[in-house]
Amino acid sequence: MAEATQTDFQPNIVAFLCNWCSYAGADLAGTSRTQYPSNVRVIRVMCSGRVNPMFVVNALQEGADGVLVSGCHPGDCHYMQGNYYARRRFKLMRNFLEYLGIEPERVRMSWVSASEGAKWKEVIEEVVEGVKAVGPMNKFQRRQLNW
Amino acid sequence: MNGKPKIGVYVCHCGTNIAGTVNVEEVRDFAASLPDVVVARNYSYMCSDPGQALITEDIKNYGLNRVVVASCSPRMHEPTFRKTLESGGLNPFYLEMANIREQCSWVHEDPIAATEKAKRLLEAAVVKARNLEALEQKEVDVEPSCLIIGGGIAGIQAALDIADAGFKVYLVEKSPTIGGHMAQLDKTFPTLDCSACILTPKMVDVANHPNIELMTYSQVEEITGYIGNFNVKVRKKARFVDMDKCTGCGDCAEACRLAGRIPNEFDEGIGMRGAIYLPFPQAVPAKYTIDKENCLFLAKGKCGETPKCQEVCQAGAINFEQQDEIVEFKVGTIIVATGYDVFDARKKPEYGYGIYDNVLTALEFERLVNASGPTGGKIVMLERGKKKKKKEEEAEAPKVPKSITFIQCVGSRDKSVGNEYCSRVCCMYTAKLAHLVKDKIPDCEVTIFYMDVRAFGKGFEEFYDRVRREGVRYIRGNPSEIFRRGDKLVVKAEDTLTATPLEHETDMVVLSVGLVPRSDNREIIDILKLSQSSDLFYLEAHPKLRPVDTASDGIFLAGVCQGPKDIPDAVAQAKGAASAAMIPMAKGKVKVEAQTSVVNEETCRGCGFCVELCPFTAIELVEVNRQGWPVKVARVNEALCKGCGACVAACLSGSIQQRSFKDNQLLPQIKVLGVK
Repeated sequence: MAEATQTDFQPNIVAFLCNWCSYAGADLAGTSRTQYPSNVRVIRVMCSGRVNPMFVVNALQEGADGVLVSGCHPGDCHYMQGNYYARRRFKLMRNFLEYLGIEPERVRMSWVSASEGAKWKEVIEEVVEGVKAVGPMNKFQRRQLNW
Repeated sequence: MNGKPKIGVYVCHCGTNIAGTVNVEEVRDFAASLPDVVVARNYSYMCSDPGQALITEDIKNYGLNRVVVASCSPRMHEPTFRKTLESGGLNPFYLEMANIREQCSWVHEDPIAATEKAKRLLEAAVVKARNLEALEQKEVDVEPSCLIIGGGIAGIQAALDIADAGFKVYLVEKSPTIGGHMAQLDKTFPTLDCSACILTPKMVDVANHPNIELMTYSQVEEITGYIGNFNVKVRKKARFVDMDKCTGCGDCAEACRLAGRIPNEFDEGIGMRGAIYLPFPQAVPAKYTIDKENCLFLAKGKCGETPKCQEVCQAGAINFEQQDEIVEFKVGTIIVATGYDVFDARKKPEYGYGIYDNVLTALEFERLVNASGPTGGKIVMLERGKKKKKKEEEAEAPKVPKSITFIQCVGSRDKSVGNEYCSRVCCMYTAKLAHLVKDKIPDCEVTIFYMDVRAFGKGFEEFYDRVRREGVRYIRGNPSEIFRRGDKLVVKAEDTLTATPLEHETDMVVLSVGLVPRSDNREIIDILKLSQSSDLFYLEAHPKLRPVDTASDGIFLAGVCQGPKDIPDAVAQAKGAASAAMIPMAKGKVKVEAQTSVVNEETCRGCGFCVELCPFTAIELVEVNRQGWPVKVARVNEALCKGCGACVAACLSGSIQQRSFKDNQLLPQIKVLGVK
């Protein structure tokens, strides 16, 4: 029974994509009619540097089972350094989440360029598999506090 | 416009592109059920005229103040629909799009899952739209000048067009002369025009044009700013020759102690030059350059008693003290026309290039057949790396090959070397070279190994047919190996049309190498932040509709740096890039990024984190009076802000926000997408 629920489990993943590389790469996957799991829902930002690490926590609190942040490859940022900022912030946030007992498989950062439609598919598949393996997120529900 | 949001939602079918997978009616009904949505419609093509009219009509009739379009990627039609809002009398930034094509219907086959996802994406767009704000798009002046990087045929054509239109052009070329690869060619296919005859007059026009400032032997070091106002820093490398004094007489090159001993890059190493040289006689500018790596005086500090070139130069142009010079200037637009490299045939070791003297690349062969090449256009067998004394050379006439074999698709359409693409020129230049061989050595046996012959252009098929009728033998097969047997080269292959393995003996093999991105592309990418496509050529903004634009406003592409193309295509693209670059320059004004950051000075505590990390130094701390107290707060210079939002994520108090990507616009999206 437990195994059955594990395989039936369709995780819900929120992704933050930079406009110039990863969002364009995801568009390219579409133009090339690449098929991938539909579990990932994308929020477009201009740069991965805009992604406040708290967004990751917010998404998990709101019920997402996993979070993906994707930007341009190191050195290719349209805004010079935004992806480096994102990488540092993400690394710290991930360590913190791990410390809190959140499985690190739930949060992922990737570099996908505008030409990497195929890589986008791979990333999605890896993320979905990773989150499926750790199961639904239920440790982090937002509660109404009655102060 | 304030007050309660009134949202109109428009779900596009995109023919069957979306409607074939996503149940658009269900999505529309779902949209209609969302709070603040006053009208929801679906239509076959929202981007069409009647589709856009639906929106403008509804803005009028329902008093809409927000519009959500669920259709293709915003990277495709966001500008289109922003204009629609504008024509409907609404601020264009009240638009939000849900990408239900590229990121939904095209990538998910299951209609139920795709429809479900489309609903969620649409809901996320609606909740964001609710909090959108009107933005003002400011205009800045455009500097009426253009920087063109690369002086090949594409750069030359673009420079001439822009300069003729009356704008200033700075043409920066890395090598000592303009002309690029086209200058190396003998004849051009399929018309057999002499390359030099059609190119060199254009090169001279560039040099003489009052609106063109030509900088050869120069490199772009740094570019800052944005469309209309780029600040460019160029390094003019020291030539050690005074450009104003040099008359181009060539006495120095003859006198150089190393004359004829250094492989000439322009001749692909088949011809030789000295340490002071002119790449070829028709070079522009016709000024000599000293190559400091090889010059005895510059590299070793000693060149006999006095350097020979200095001795013979009557104009006194040699100046060993010359230093690199940095020049800075402002331009409004930039065209990148950096060209290509040919495939390095050493990456196909089975063909023995670099081992056998008479395995040549097509570009080397091009120099060999070129009337102004090192052999004066005589096709002869090569003896590479052998140092010959002048007398011997005269005594022994070089041998003429009796058979020449071409191999096509070397480094193109070949996954084993990572180049999946077709280089588009090799079939035809091979046919042209085969024709030239037949023309010069009528009894020479010419064989071409090919995979497919792609003769797609104007006059190409006719030319291919002509070459076959001239007695050139085409064998369909991709050779596996080249080896030496006696004094012959043997090409091992299979004729795939008859399924016969064969060993073909020949005197000379020419590898029809493909076009590859320049090995130094990285320099320009780092400076301009250009994207590359999967073949590593520069990526255009849209493969069909914006083929000369890049993702960055004001920066355009021309020629092979964007992808393999022949001369007419490169010229056409250069003219396209020139006209695209002239649009903002002719207009004189351009709209700048509106989705910039903005500081709430009431809550900013002046920590300065944002100031530190802004890559564009767009934020500074200023002193303001807060209820009688002087406090420091951050302030954004909107002309410099490019709207990345890095500062927003770093702000501890949430005081700095990026317009259209504010926390109160993104958090609702996270909320609806997070829910299972």
